[in-house]
Amino acid sequence: MAELRLSGVVKRFGGVTAVDGVGLDIPSGEFFVLLGPSGAGKTTTLRLVAGLERPDAGRVSIGGRDVTALAPALRDVAFVFQQYSLYPHLSVFDNLAFPLRSPLRPSPETEVRRKVEEVARMLRIHDKLQNPATRLSGGQMQRVAIGRALVRSPALYLMDEPLSSLDAKLRNDLRLELKRIQQDLGATMLYVTHDQIEAMTLATRIGVLDAGRLVQVGTPQQIYENPGSAHVASRLGSPRINLVARGLFPQLDGPERAVTVGIRAEHLRLHRRPAASGPGMAHRGASVRRIERLSDLHLVHVGLDDSGQELIVSAPANESFEPNDAVQVELLRPLWFDAEGQRIHA
Amino acid sequence: MAEIRVHELHKAFTDFTAVKSSSFAVRNGEFFCLLGPSGCGKTTTLRMIAGLELPTSGQIFLGDEDVSFKRASARDIAFVFQMFALYPHMNVRRNIAFPLVSQGMARDEIGRQVEQAARTLRITHLLDKPVSQLSSGDRQRVALGRAIVRQPLAFLMDEPLGALDAEFREVMCHELRALHDRLQATTVYVTHDQMEAMAMADVIAIMNEGVIEQLGAPLEVYERPASVFVADFIGAPSMNFLPFEAGLASGDDAILIGPARIAVPPLREDLSPRALLCGVRPEHVRFDDASGLRAEVLATEYLGTRTVVTLATAQGTTVRAKVDVDIPVARGDHVGLAFDAAKISLFDAASGRALRSARDETPLRAGRRARHG
Repeated sequence: MAELRLSGVVKRFGGVTAVDGVGLDIPSGEFFVLLGPSGAGKTTTLRLVAGLERPDAGRVSIGGRDVTALAPALRDVAFVFQQYSLYPHLSVFDNLAFPLRSPLRPSPETEVRRKVEEVARMLRIHDKLQNPATRLSGGQMQRVAIGRALVRSPALYLMDEPLSSLDAKLRNDLRLELKRIQQDLGATMLYVTHDQIEAMTLATRIGVLDAGRLVQVGTPQQIYENPGSAHVASRLGSPRINLVARGLFPQLDGPERAVTVGIRAEHLRLHRRPAASGPGMAHRGASVRRIERLSDLHLVHVGLDDSGQELIVSAPANESFEPNDAVQVELLRPLWFDAEGQRIHA
Repeated sequence: MAEIRVHELHKAFTDFTAVKSSSFAVRNGEFFCLLGPSGCGKTTTLRMIAGLELPTSGQIFLGDEDVSFKRASARDIAFVFQMFALYPHMNVRRNIAFPLVSQGMARDEIGRQVEQAARTLRITHLLDKPVSQLSSGDRQRVALGRAIVRQPLAFLMDEPLGALDAEFREVMCHELRALHDRLQATTVYVTHDQMEAMAMADVIAIMNEGVIEQLGAPLEVYERPASVFVADFIGAPSMNFLPFEAGLASGDDAILIGPARIAVPPLREDLSPRALLCGVRPEHVRFDDASGLRAEVLATEYLGTRTVVTLATAQGTTVRAKVDVDIPVARGDHVGLAFDAAKISLFDAASGRALRSARDETPLRAGRRARHG
């Protein structure tokens, strides 16, 4: 395993700058997730690291070695794509063995067998080794694709939304397996996704990409609790953070430059009757519009009095609100943002 | 708008049966979800309601009219497919107007209807843009516009959000439900995504292998699943199932899993000794050192407000617990597990059927949302 370093990496396609000066240090053994919407430059960044694209500026180094000009095959990385691409005419065993039998890196056949069986056990597909690759379910095929990356011990694993083509249930299961395997191997992983739950649950650290720029890097908890901008705040967390005009809460103490206030659903409290305002609290009259009763908590949609603004509040399942109930909304931990959407630390 | 009634609907293809004697009614103005994994028969059911497939047997009523064997064009319904069947060479206005133009409606009436549909969907500012310049969300809004502009008796939607990014899907779920609240149009919505169904539906029908396994309000199917299949399909992460063997009598209010005595809702039936499953949702699992049900922490997943902890019990069952983020646990820790007794469901392992118990008698909160307003 090895560390990965990107410095000042730029990639343009025609007039579009897909990756705009990305610098990143990923220590050995880290599970690093690049999170962003489609078009943010995630996949391009991954392809630059793999050597499938050449940067217009900047350097890529793996394990201290500058690989910027190196061909993909010489970079010692394993790539798992979004769509599993297995050899349909080969068995699961031969698909898994394929990278080990590559003429660039041939291994003795006993070693191939040992390695394939070990990885197949890890991914729980060892009873499928003799099956033709086409006679597998979607989840099994994607496990084989991941397994093909794992049979080698490359310096670095690159994964491009490997779970996105699977159904929700399987995605949850494989997510957990992937994390376990990465920890057991001590592997360095660069993983790309637009799914915030994958990012939060898998990552040692997350890098949030927006329009080719890395806008924030941190642990899931840092990014969730301390977003650097309104954009980052709205990328993480479900339901999405409430972003409302600061003017709707005139009685709330906040920095002068603040234009927007962000409050997560769990940092809003609903009170049935007007409650006494304490210091640092802000109450605002509202009425309940509708209630989503999701599993262990309820999402209460409320409309603020005298404005059309809707807020989503997460309330414990044992507090029962009904549409048209008159309530008071209390803000517990407001986050402040300026006119550009940048965070102002109060 | 109208009610849709489906009676003993059956669809057999040459080599398999897609839908087996389904009966259900969608009330006027209701948002009804057909939910299930791929191949469960939900899309075939929807296509029969639309008239895109003819049933092998059974009847479909739209309002008072039997439309079972009527052609699709003779049924007053609008079908929204998975994503963007828009005409790329037309602008938004002409795309939305298209169904009215084909009906031969007068031009200024079309103009009025299109403007009104655009206002309902809040896309008036997009009317003169080419569809090729739209974001995926706006395209989906235009596709919806084309459906609502006809003011049909009912809307049928086949995974309309399936192609969207997860986070955008959440936004569109809220929009679709708000749109439904404004139009109050009878809607049948097909999805394999339980989150979508839970967030939007008034009533969910959960299908498995051509059969409706349970039909009920979201809270009802969540809290009182009728079978292991339903319990497993609804909720993320899914319900935990702990196997045990026992014979039980009506009134019993505890079971034994390994050495641990687990309190459960009092049973309402007698059972000869057999393999059973104790079903408990992740949010109803707590850590309790005093509990005899021991487990080792395999992994933790941080989710912002909650942490999902995956554990293996001493009996070798995987259990997930959803706990507060400030509860300190790490991989390798050994803990005791306790469950919220009132929330436990018990199942017969062989048939998957939920056992009758006091669980079925606790009142569910009435009216998940005001139906009309």
